[in-house]
Amino acid sequence: MTPAIQIQQVHKRFGAVQALSGIDLEVAQGEFFGLLGPNGAGKTTLINILAGLTRADSGSVRVLGHDVVTQYRDSRRALGVVPQELVFDPFFSVRETLRLQSGYFGLKHNAAWIDEIMHHLDLTGKADANMRSLSGGMKRRVLVAQALVHKPPVIVLDEPTAGVDVELRQGLWEFVRGLNRDGHTIVLTTHYLEEAEALCARIAMLKQGRVVALDTTSKLINRRESLYLRLRLAGGALPAALADRVRDSRDAAHTLRVHSYAEVEGVLAQLREAGAQIEEMELLQPDLEDVFVRIMQDAKG
Amino acid sequence: MSGFGTLLYKELLRFWKVAFQTIAAPVLTTLLYLLIFSHVMQGRAPVYGEVPYAAFLVPGLVMMAVLQNAFANSSSSLIQSKVTGNIIFVLLPPLSHWDFFAAYVLASVVRGMVVGFGVLLVSLAFVGVSFEHPLWIIAFALAGSAILGTLGLIAGIWADKFDQVAAFQSFLIMPLTFLSGVFYSIHSLPAFWQELSRFNPFFYMIDGFRYGFFGVSDINPALSLAVALANLIVFTAVTLVLLKRGYKLRH
Repeated sequence: MTPAIQIQQVHKRFGAVQALSGIDLEVAQGEFFGLLGPNGAGKTTLINILAGLTRADSGSVRVLGHDVVTQYRDSRRALGVVPQELVFDPFFSVRETLRLQSGYFGLKHNAAWIDEIMHHLDLTGKADANMRSLSGGMKRRVLVAQALVHKPPVIVLDEPTAGVDVELRQGLWEFVRGLNRDGHTIVLTTHYLEEAEALCARIAMLKQGRVVALDTTSKLINRRESLYLRLRLAGGALPAALADRVRDSRDAAHTLRVHSYAEVEGVLAQLREAGAQIEEMELLQPDLEDVFVRIMQDAKG
Repeated sequence: MSGFGTLLYKELLRFWKVAFQTIAAPVLTTLLYLLIFSHVMQGRAPVYGEVPYAAFLVPGLVMMAVLQNAFANSSSSLIQSKVTGNIIFVLLPPLSHWDFFAAYVLASVVRGMVVGFGVLLVSLAFVGVSFEHPLWIIAFALAGSAILGTLGLIAGIWADKFDQVAAFQSFLIMPLTFLSGVFYSIHSLPAFWQELSRFNPFFYMIDGFRYGFFGVSDINPALSLAVALANLIVFTAVTLVLLKRGYKLRH
């Protein structure tokens, strides 16, 4: 099957800044894919190249097999982009904005679908309000709606939940999950790693214009050793033998690193022998944030 | 509607929604020029034979309004979209560089024609003018507004900030229009300035446009139209290349 997105050896330089240095990435149709990385890693540049808003210096990018430069009409029809910046045209109302966007794609008789998206995104009540009068969250929803007017099979969301309240964020994810279930390919960038962990089946991490990790979310999390055992001792001290496992210690509360569940028993035995009494105990699963921090540190230099 | 049709419609809607500023205001400004200049200059500047100065002035002012508003339309629309960032709404869809070019320039032509027609209509209430060759009038108005719409597009593409468009307008468009014979016949100028005027493409547009009214001009109108069309072709080619390459738009 044709990949939804195929990125081959993409380089991009802005003046003295090498924004992307040789990105290779493939996203299959129907995937829910996460693109993570710190600010300045090149995520938005990559998305802009995909959308034709920026041109790569070299390399090729295809959306559903259509080259974004030479077959831009087909590639742009296949792609819906929710930009990171909260942009809007102050001359128009919500409905006008969506009608125009639909028209730019050459679509006729699209009113029913526009009504449907507005309904799903809770915009119906604001349909005839001018864009200027909308709150930030509402403007964000309009941007999502604009990206969907032409029913694109591939949808890219560039930090759609930045500065958005919890309710909208959850509503938005519910909606995007539904789109994914209906067969849309979703590519998402976000700084909220718990969001990426909950939503994305596969993740690429970018740093300084390079892919530094690419795997399924579960493998990314599990391939890293760290489980954490959080203890609160009622009496006795932490035995010296456990000192090198300590991640942090505060009063009687300690967080110890263990490499597997099997090691937990050994740690407990050592505590018992040392006469320490456990008041509270919790085993912490590694999460994407730990993995992210680790990978970004490893990729330094 | 096609992508091009929608973009044209949006560009028309954009100025129509603020018609007070984009149509009524320039009509009033031009009317003030007419009243003041015709009063002050009557009988001082020798123009074509028996054509009264006020009548001579009308086509010049109409054309000036056509040109300036055509330029203002595409340049301000584009720079606003760039500065506010909503330019992406027209960069993300599958619009070709031809669609983009044609929609912006046609909207500029419409704005120029509407304002020009408004100025003419209001002027006729004060000054009588003849209409010797209406087709020439329309041909020059179309060519002139298309040229300035295209120049506006170039300015909008090139500029990163509002003041750069304003500079383009104040340091290029305004001097070229004012020095093109809007307020005088170039035959009244010293030889050096007469010769220099011939290098001003705006001079041909205004001179040819005026021919349509009075059947008299400084230059053969066919030659003027040829010069105007040559300019249009060159600016169009430049703009299409810029758009195709994505210069400053898809950088």
